Amino acid sequence: MLLRHTTSEIKERSALTINPAKTCQPIGAMYAALGIHRCLPHSHGSQGCCAYHRSTLTRHYKEPVMASTSSFTEGSAVFGGQSNLLQAIHNIFSIYEPDVIAIHTTCLSETIGDDIPQIIATARDKKYIPDGRYVIHANTPSYVGSHVTGFSNMVKGMVTYFAEPGTQTKTINIIPGWVEPSDMREIKRICYMMGIEIILFPDTSDVLDCPQTGRFEFYPKGGTTIEELKAAGRSRMTLALGRSASVAAARELDSKCKVACEVMELPIGLRATDQFVDTLRRVARVEVPTLLEDERGRLMDMMTDMHQYFAGRRVALWGDPDQLVSLTEFLVDLDMRPVYIVTGTPGKKFLSRIEKALRGKVPEAKVQEGPCSDMFLLHQWIKQEKVDLLIGNTYGKYISRDEDIPLLRYGFPILDRIGHSYFPSVGYVGAMRLLEKILGLLMDRQDRDAPEESFELVM
Amino acid sequence: MSEILEKRKKQIRRKGAGPYEMTCEKHSLAGAVSQRACVFCGSRVVLYPIADALHLIHGPVGCAAYTWDIRGALSSGPQLHRRSFTTDLREQDVIHGGEKKLYQCLKELIAYYRPKAVFVYSTCIVGVIGDDVEAVCRQVSRETGLTVISVASEGFKGTKKDGYRAACRALSELVGTGDISSISPFSLNILGDFNIAGETWAIREYYRRMGIEVVSTITGDGRVEDIRRAHGARLNVVQCSGSMVHLAREMKEKYGIPYIHVSYFGLQDMSKALYDVAEFFQDAAAMQKARRLVREEIDRVLPELMRIRTDVQGKKAGIYTGGAFKAFSLVASLRMLGIRTAFVGSQTGSPDDYKRLEEFCDPGTIIVDDANTMELVRFSQETEIDLLIGGVKERPVAYKLGIGFCDHNHERKISLAGFEGMLHFAQEVHASVMSPVWKLIDRKNINVGNA
Repeated sequence: MLLRHTTSEIKERSALTINPAKTCQPIGAMYAALGIHRCLPHSHGSQGCCAYHRSTLTRHYKEPVMASTSSFTEGSAVFGGQSNLLQAIHNIFSIYEPDVIAIHTTCLSETIGDDIPQIIATARDKKYIPDGRYVIHANTPSYVGSHVTGFSNMVKGMVTYFAEPGTQTKTINIIPGWVEPSDMREIKRICYMMGIEIILFPDTSDVLDCPQTGRFEFYPKGGTTIEELKAAGRSRMTLALGRSASVAAARELDSKCKVACEVMELPIGLRATDQFVDTLRRVARVEVPTLLEDERGRLMDMMTDMHQYFAGRRVALWGDPDQLVSLTEFLVDLDMRPVYIVTGTPGKKFLSRIEKALRGKVPEAKVQEGPCSDMFLLHQWIKQEKVDLLIGNTYGKYISRDEDIPLLRYGFPILDRIGHSYFPSVGYVGAMRLLEKILGLLMDRQDRDAPEESFELVM
Repeated sequence: MSEILEKRKKQIRRKGAGPYEMTCEKHSLAGAVSQRACVFCGSRVVLYPIADALHLIHGPVGCAAYTWDIRGALSSGPQLHRRSFTTDLREQDVIHGGEKKLYQCLKELIAYYRPKAVFVYSTCIVGVIGDDVEAVCRQVSRETGLTVISVASEGFKGTKKDGYRAACRALSELVGTGDISSISPFSLNILGDFNIAGETWAIREYYRRMGIEVVSTITGDGRVEDIRRAHGARLNVVQCSGSMVHLAREMKEKYGIPYIHVSYFGLQDMSKALYDVAEFFQDAAAMQKARRLVREEIDRVLPELMRIRTDVQGKKAGIYTGGAFKAFSLVASLRMLGIRTAFVGSQTGSPDDYKRLEEFCDPGTIIVDDANTMELVRFSQETEIDLLIGGVKERPVAYKLGIGFCDHNHERKISLAGFEGMLHFAQEVHASVMSPVWKLIDRKNINVGNA
């Protein structure tokens, strides 16, 4: 009983966070920056931050994760980090030769008040930035928002630094939100099937799910190119998937380059994928190909074939707001009951989005976001009234073990399983994968718990 | 990709290339893809395995989230250390200071968990906003009657090594506060083992078999009450060059307890550790028991080690560890398996470490301080190694290069210390180096090349 100290009695907490359901901004910025081709993320702060973010991303993706650090010392904390950052920019271009350095701040450099744009300008004056190379930045204080906020800020930074207005093209921008490389690949596949030209940014496919070739590539082949990021300012429109992670960049494109945007939920599950596909059809003025309709049909087939196994099952979820909203909607469509939903990421619209996703069908649902919304609270709720399934990141395995509840690993980080970065969970195919996993867990459970006389071959 | 930066050249040596001149203990270059961490990281890894203490991280959520139960330090009892507690500082706290929040958190936590002691870690931001963490800890101590210890571990105040020192300083507040009346004259403390995959348990058992009492294990499978009594032991046995030596030194000054350095990795070093301890006590019985133990254990593992050796001998390895001390044992252990070390590096070695390492290694071996990923890749390719030994960030790099890997850091899942550990090490090296998957990559490359 790893969590033996947790009791069901819930006391008002004023400040404390126990077993957080979020982490801090810089790691999100680092992940987003890895989605630019030949980009080296740079952490402006102490060495530890960079080491932790690289380790966590390495564990989640099982891939090398490159990022540099300003290596703050006590002197930097007192006199500011300008000289460290200038030296860093100089060194990075001479040693690692990236096309782009994407700087994100840490709580330390934010608090001492380093002015990053000014430092970048100084680096340019000193000719530390070679021609045709770029340095971009995002402010990502760890004491504001969460890793999702950091992701959002860096994606917005891509627009601020690169997007160029101009004659409108047919292209559609898609900001995929915080999803896996496999999901980005799937979004590209759907658009390719529909014959739509897109610019997807950021795009971590072929960066964090690289094929094994026996070579180590410091800059893998994937990632959105700078040309594409520039051209994003001339696209016909932008689809922003997931409000928390993508809206800031989409709005910035709108105000900077007059590229109109539509915001929708992450295409996880049937309805959200329908909305995504339908929007693509409408804005690109194309037909939905039979191949894609067939994919939807197969998903529907699976849902109808298996509906009795989902009905009424109670689920607890935690993780990132965008993912939780779409997952909740999908679970409700499956006649499941998402009863406990927790995100550590603060955000005003989360509660109303979840309410909409629940469609009034789960009146007993408890939903909490922001401070003190953590896995400890979630566990206390579960202790009060049990659930049949947990959906969330690896940290749920303690609750899963102690309460003997199956866990579907979903979200970030997943440190103890593979597959998430290779197989999508967006689109119809992704929804089928989620169904397969949920069913597998529920049925394994049923088999394991069945007394001998009611153990069945056919289910 | 360009050559190694001019400024880094003095941190890389090739044995046999002229007189000794190695620079180290330098701050990493700003802009380097360094594998190093920070002061907080150092403190956290040292104190984390004290299982019945409550570890509260005063700072924004990240520092707590990234260190939440990631090291596999096992406990035979309480599991409180595996929770993640944080004050989760927000913007308002940064503006107005986090002391009140810290106070509130401590009161709530102590009321709920009643731990044996509390460690409060200061992170970067706390150092900058200037919270008086010590004062808060003192106040809460007074009000609750619990030992609440402030760990000055602001990330930017040095390197991981400075974090070890901060942790030792925190530990020395506990040492000397317990009753030592019943402790045997044949007694010691195990310092600097973190019980990854149960290693402390194995070492403890060896000492028990020698008839020696282990007063405390600092910090693997650690207990607050044991550490309070640590000053009653007659000897401190310190593993690992960096993390615990400060505490050992302090206990020598304050309580007159001598300390010896040992390594528990590899048959030679493990045996030597037991003999050194027996010799210290100048007890014929203990020495006899140590000899018997060593003989029995080596007899048990040697046949299998020799079998493995026939498969892997002639292979080449690269080593990149956190501290330098471990590197010696690794070079020796690999030698025993017939594997030559082509390059060896550490994040935080001292001049003495590197000098000794140079003496210890074969001619031509590359010795490197604070290597970055590019250098590791370059050395790996240049020396055509079959195996890389490193930590979490090195693993996928090795795999991408198509070479075997062994985690000798905190991600190891099997114990590598002790006699049994040497066998595990050999088995892991064997499984990785001899895996058929590497041949599949080669074949693909040949096919691609021929096409």
